[in-house]
Amino acid sequence: MATHEVIEKNTGLLVVFILLVVSIGGLVEIVPLFFLDQTTKPVEGLKPYSALELEGRDIYIREGCYVCHSQMIRPFRAETERYGHYSVAGEFVYDHPFQWGSKRTGPDLARVGGRYSDEWHRVHLMNPRDVVPESNMPAFPWLAERVLDGKLTARKMRVLRSLGVPYTDEQIAKAREEVAGKTELDALIAYLQSLGRAIQSRR
Amino acid sequence: MSDWLSWYITILTLGNIAACWWLIRWTSKARPGEAAVGETTGHVWDGDLKEYNNPLPRWWLGLFYITIVFSLVYLALYPGLGNWKGLLGWTSTGQYEEEVKEAEARYGPIFQRYAKMTPAALAADEKAMASGRRLFMTYCAVCHGSDARGGPGFPNLTDDDWLWGGDFETIKKTILDGRQAMMPAWGKTLGERGVEEVAAYVLSLSGRSADPALVEAGRAKFRTYCAACHGPEGKGNPLMGAPNLTDDVWLYGGSPETIKETIRNGRKGRMPAHRALLGEEKAHLLAAYVWSLSRREAAR
Repeated sequence: MATHEVIEKNTGLLVVFILLVVSIGGLVEIVPLFFLDQTTKPVEGLKPYSALELEGRDIYIREGCYVCHSQMIRPFRAETERYGHYSVAGEFVYDHPFQWGSKRTGPDLARVGGRYSDEWHRVHLMNPRDVVPESNMPAFPWLAERVLDGKLTARKMRVLRSLGVPYTDEQIAKAREEVAGKTELDALIAYLQSLGRAIQSRR
Repeated sequence: MSDWLSWYITILTLGNIAACWWLIRWTSKARPGEAAVGETTGHVWDGDLKEYNNPLPRWWLGLFYITIVFSLVYLALYPGLGNWKGLLGWTSTGQYEEEVKEAEARYGPIFQRYAKMTPAALAADEKAMASGRRLFMTYCAVCHGSDARGGPGFPNLTDDDWLWGGDFETIKKTILDGRQAMMPAWGKTLGERGVEEVAAYVLSLSGRSADPALVEAGRAKFRTYCAACHGPEGKGNPLMGAPNLTDDVWLYGGSPETIKETIRNGRKGRMPAHRALLGEEKAHLLAAYVWSLSRREAAR
């Protein structure tokens, strides 16, 4: 009997071999990323999101902003001329999960922080057409009406701390106070203004 | 990366390729006791389905070996195996730097030439203004509009009314370093009645009608609270970006309601700095373009 037949006729053995074969790609391409300095060490000047920025990030995710906006500037001149320095892995070590995205209907937001004024974001989120007439981005007017209570903010920060984000006890203690009473619009703008500030130069 | 990680990747990758090679050799060889080529294996399904023991097609096997050779050549040329840098020395940042260097060699001299020209000379140069317009569309139009006429909260750049000053050097400085305006909220200090009075006086400054009693009461309050920035006559102060209130140009809107809202809650207009993104030379050209806009309008 050919030895191959043993594998073909033994489903359990076949499953083991299949798993072994398909896992090699991941073992080579994914596993090392957990041990590399470039992917595990924050870039100089990277700060964890403040309580308000963190809430804004959750709103960014809830509203599905990542569906149309990437947060990943690729190392091409056409991108760095428009958006700034290309993204590096060390900028995202406090992001759980990161918001790189995979498609751009709108522009990349990896370095939108400081690019426009808070007022611009306010007007733009309430109705994008007010500042960019040709925009096809939806309006998000309800963000201005919904007020945050900050009930879960400290807990979110504690969970993130268990994943390696260096929040201090003081930051966590003040989280609720910082967030309570702010609108979702304030939080989202705070988040957007924080994006990509660790690297300021164009290249 | 550390040595053990490098070896881990290298051994797994090369081992995987070697295993593929071994597997394809092993399964394509005839075994003793096997049915001869062209005969059936003896398996029968559904009563009449039989299986011939034919070798794998030669072209298909060939393709398989080609992929193995390709992967080895690729891994020798490019950095795929741990710390191995590849014979070509290729990196993604290296490719990017190369692209930027090429572009600098091509476009750099153009912007260097523009950077030495005066704003008047640039404004007269059609090609320079076309470049300036493209820069404006990329970096400025999102707030100031593609026609540069601005919108509520975002200044119109085509008129001759300037918050921070409209001479060329001032415009350039505004682009490079940004501006932060700060109109405090007066609602609490003035009270609702006070806000109405000051708003009435502000309306009267640009010659619009308002209740004379309110205007009079507002005049005194304006002197106390507003004149420090907007000047005793309300003509503004470009050093602080305080708007002239006597003309009919309104940054946030000139309706009585909007004026009251501005007084009550204050405004924090901000022009972001563009030094890091644009650099000195492009800012020079862009400033000349913006400077030319209001002059073109004036010449009309």
